Amino acid sequence: MTEPDPKPKSHGAGDLPEPKQPPALSSGFERGVEWLRGAGDASDVVLSSRVRIARNLAGFPFMTTAERADRAQVLELCKRRLMNLALGEGRRMLWVDLHTATPDERDALVERQLISRNHAKGKLSTGAGGQDEPRGVAVILPEERISAMINEEDHLRLQSIRSGLALDECLADVDWLDDEIEKGLDFAFHPRFGYLTACPTNVGTGLRLSVMMHLPGLKMTGELEKASRAAHDMGLAIRGFHGEGSEANGEFYQVSNQTTLGKSDAMLLRELNDEIVPRLVGYERHARGRLLGDRRETTHDTVARALGTLRHARLLRAAEAMELLGLVRLGVVCGLLPEVNLDTVHGLLLAIQPAHLQRITGRVLTPAERRSARADLCRARLGLR
Amino acid sequence: MRCERCEREATIHEVIIHQGKTRERHLCESCAREAGLSSDPHMPISKLLSSFMLGPTAGPQSPGKPRPHQPAKSVVRCAGCGTTYAAFKETGLLGCPACYEAFSERLSPLIERAHEGGCHHVGKFPRRALRDCRSLNDRDRLEVLLGSIRERQERLESLRKALAKAVRDEDYERAAALRDELGRMTDLMEGAETE
Ligand SMILES: [Zn+2]
Ligand SMILES: [Zn+2]
Repeated sequence: MTEPDPKPKSHGAGDLPEPKQPPALSSGFERGVEWLRGAGDASDVVLSSRVRIARNLAGFPFMTTAERADRAQVLELCKRRLMNLALGEGRRMLWVDLHTATPDERDALVERQLISRNHAKGKLSTGAGGQDEPRGVAVILPEERISAMINEEDHLRLQSIRSGLALDECLADVDWLDDEIEKGLDFAFHPRFGYLTACPTNVGTGLRLSVMMHLPGLKMTGELEKASRAAHDMGLAIRGFHGEGSEANGEFYQVSNQTTLGKSDAMLLRELNDEIVPRLVGYERHARGRLLGDRRETTHDTVARALGTLRHARLLRAAEAMELLGLVRLGVVCGLLPEVNLDTVHGLLLAIQPAHLQRITGRVLTPAERRSARADLCRARLGLR
Repeated sequence: MRCERCEREATIHEVIIHQGKTRERHLCESCAREAGLSSDPHMPISKLLSSFMLGPTAGPQSPGKPRPHQPAKSVVRCAGCGTTYAAFKETGLLGCPACYEAFSERLSPLIERAHEGGCHHVGKFPRRALRDCRSLNDRDRLEVLLGSIRERQERLESLRKALAKAVRDEDYERAAALRDELGRMTDLMEGAETE
């Protein structure tokens, strides 16, 4: 029971025939996402902030041992609860049944950071599960900021994602959603261990705060290793653009807390938002300062060459495009490439991902065609007018 | 910036946040190596589990060799879902909420280690559930959420100790955060008793 869209958007030419169900994803997902707006605190270094909490329903086994009937029931309970929330003027809840969505739709949701890769596949970290596992995602539109994954590793994973350093606002978002859901459902909770989760590393607050940082300055001055070592010693994990297990491309890194028990939500927030991230931001700005000082010409050359490649290449792999866009972004925020608009760069960070590329071109592409389409897109958006 | 131990350029800048205290170190490569600066990335739970279970001397398991079979002394099963501790060790995932109680003896030290010494939940409690218990004066369910009266007192006591330590260490930001937490938890715990 997807909430009816009051005014369905008109479809572009070349769309598939109207599906019987209201289109879940066909409209709107070509546009950018709010977390790539390039606004907010420290947005020269911090791309986006994300807060996620894990919850499980009391009276049900975790996903690890839940039978299919349990999973279906958990899904139904959560879905009903989510679809009945009062969202306020102009908002609506988008619901996607992932077990019936197309692989392309699932990939687009991953690229927009609304679901994890495992959730797209329907798999647990153990490898158990598969595409037809009953599971879903709810997204509050139009902001696409707050979402809920149902039947991922935990029954519920609630998240909020915003542009810039805004962990406090993200935390307020998920806190609100958590309370709203809890008004109608009991969560598994233990007086000593707090909110119970399938993996003991999430137990307690169930809270994961993360920020996506752009650290090309530290990379170019050779200090990234040290910064990431420092971050590990601070009890943080650093990962690439798309989270767990992915390589960092374009020097985008996700920094997040690792402990969830023994520190309150407010204490975890203070550590990351007020102490650790500002410190890393300071290191990166310092490194950029050095690049713009005695190494200005070399730096300018590097970022201008990256732009040149994006403006003229005929074939681009995703990783290469990310790398180049990261350099161009550095050039833009440092004022070395005044002719390039930051929004354009941010838009491309998402648009060059495989599923989005297919949505933009409107057809299914082979990997070779993707490289070509990706280069076309970069030339068109960054080209000399 | 100079290395704090010798005259060379410091290339390793480390920030350690331990129990809320921030300490910085600036070292050159060789002094850092001497100081045994950790470059270990965050241990995934499975690795943590195996290193903890096998003890630090056992070392990493070579992937080709079959894992040494340790005969279970007594197989404990979670009454809620039938999961064994061995199954948890294998996957790093528990089977149901009741597993936390069923395996609490072996799980507690592991959890404490994974959370840098954290062993008691502090922070948010399910708000509506608490309100319900109070308005219905349901003491049993309240105990399920907040713990027994003795457990609640213990928890407040451990927060008070942490606060006193932060004050002693002159870590005022942490002390302020702990003071807020203590106030909130006191309201939560005592509100439970007076109603
Ligand atoms: Zn030295
Ligand atoms: Zn169990």
